[in-house]
Amino acid sequence: MINVQNLVKIFGTKRAVDRISFSVQRGEVLGFLGPNGAGKSTTMRMITGFIPPTEGTVTVGGFDMVENPIPAKRLIGYLPENAPAYTDMTVHGFLSFAAELRGLRGDARKNAVARAIEMCFLESVQHQSVETLSKGYRHRTCFAQSIIHDPDVLVLDEPTDGLDPNQKHEIRNLIRRMGEKKAIIFSTHILEEVDAVCSRAIIIDRGRIVANGTPAELRQKSEWAGAVTLRVTGVNGATVSQRLAQLPTVKRVTVIKEDASGVTARVFPKTSANGALAHSIADAAQGWRIEELHTEEGRLDEVFRSITMPDTVKEEKQ
Amino acid sequence: MNALANIKTITKRELATYFSSPLAYVFIVIFLLVSGIFIFMFGGFFEQPEASLTNPVFMWHPWFYLFLVPAVGMRLWSEERRVGTIELLLTMPITAWQAIVGKFLASWIFLGVALILTFPIWITVNYLGLPDNGVIFAAYVGSWLMAGAYLAVSCITSAMTRTQVVSFIMAVVACLVLVLAGLPRVTGFLSGLIGPKGADFVSSFGFLTHFDGFQKGILDTRDIIFFLSIIVFSLFTTSVILRSHRAG
Repeated sequence: MINVQNLVKIFGTKRAVDRISFSVQRGEVLGFLGPNGAGKSTTMRMITGFIPPTEGTVTVGGFDMVENPIPAKRLIGYLPENAPAYTDMTVHGFLSFAAELRGLRGDARKNAVARAIEMCFLESVQHQSVETLSKGYRHRTCFAQSIIHDPDVLVLDEPTDGLDPNQKHEIRNLIRRMGEKKAIIFSTHILEEVDAVCSRAIIIDRGRIVANGTPAELRQKSEWAGAVTLRVTGVNGATVSQRLAQLPTVKRVTVIKEDASGVTARVFPKTSANGALAHSIADAAQGWRIEELHTEEGRLDEVFRSITMPDTVKEEKQ
Repeated sequence: MNALANIKTITKRELATYFSSPLAYVFIVIFLLVSGIFIFMFGGFFEQPEASLTNPVFMWHPWFYLFLVPAVGMRLWSEERRVGTIELLLTMPITAWQAIVGKFLASWIFLGVALILTFPIWITVNYLGLPDNGVIFAAYVGSWLMAGAYLAVSCITSAMTRTQVVSFIMAVVACLVLVLAGLPRVTGFLSGLIGPKGADFVSSFGFLTHFDGFQKGILDTRDIIFFLSIIVFSLFTTSVILRSHRAG
């Protein structure tokens, strides 16, 4: 549904987006990750046709966003960053306005507004003006606007920003449910959201795509993926690391904590052969009292940090 | 068809915005008060020898539009940009032109309503004497067209900034230039400076020059076209400015 080819955006002398290409099919939920200022919002603004790309093309449902913007925009529902809305209107009035611009008239409009209000849990505030709403409601009002015409493509810029945990949960469920039938792109910097909602994630940094894959694939990139955490008592740290380092599958052993009650160590494998490392450690640990032994899955935040801030992560290790 | 429907939707929303805020009523009251003050204090409405609205009413319009119209137009685009709703509006399946025309029309209609509400003075003058109502009608049309030209200029300045006050000041200055261009005294001064031909050229851009005919009851196509082309040109400039913001 969405096809982005070699997208470039230059502001003055700054390359905000630098040759980004990807595509999103129906039934996919693509998570867009990256530090602040990485070019997430700029990319989304180009996809929705708000700003024209300096180079490259965006097609939505086969329509080129620059050559043929109106049919392309018709397919998209868009939630901009900070969820703007006309503050002097009521929630109902604002959604009716959005529906009308989407070409819905009469009963079709009424039904669309009622459906969006129901889906976003806005019944209790529908006759209030937007400026009197709390941030969460305001956010959901703008979100409701984006799904009012039941679009095939949804572009959501930080849809859960500023919501409380319950509201976040609701919005995530909504996105996941809708993701079965639509093509969705959403940006976030909350990594747990990626696991909860996305079928695929892209990490961008300084305008470039630095990683692209399913959440599980991204986690595999973590140094931690396949590492084993071990806690034993009755020995000292030096013995533990010495004995474990001799195992052929072990790359490195770090003692995390050592005190009177025992030793906690993390063992990194040479290759991420799952499970095998834990077995060989258990064999090697004979005579020690094992309190804890488990294999790490790899952590997205660590992948995220090592990709987007490689220098600081290296420093921390040293 | 579709374009008209979109323009109508936007115009309707903008008009609702005007009338849902106290600002609109404050504006209309000020507009009517200022008209009244000019009519009775400076215009000498009762002292004039004939039943007419030309001198006491319409001759002041170019001057108080100078402040009142930018006050109506200043929020048109600057507010959209400040709040960020412009991003919603321009990612809807409508063209930027439809949005620009829709918003402009709403403000222009609003100004028309304010203008029509001066009708008691028209009733008064009809009650007191026998004015030429054709002249009055022409002057109303001319005044509304001129208000549209002021408004379109305010659209440009509103698109240039996120701050309403800055937009207001720039609009006042720009409109002042267009008013002064047609002032006889300025024309006289300029003809000494750049010759009568140059002065004529400058004064042909003046609002006063083209409003004059309407006040006398003449609906001259050239004057109508002048104000309409100021409007079209300004709205076009607005679209260029809005596009350049987005192009970065």
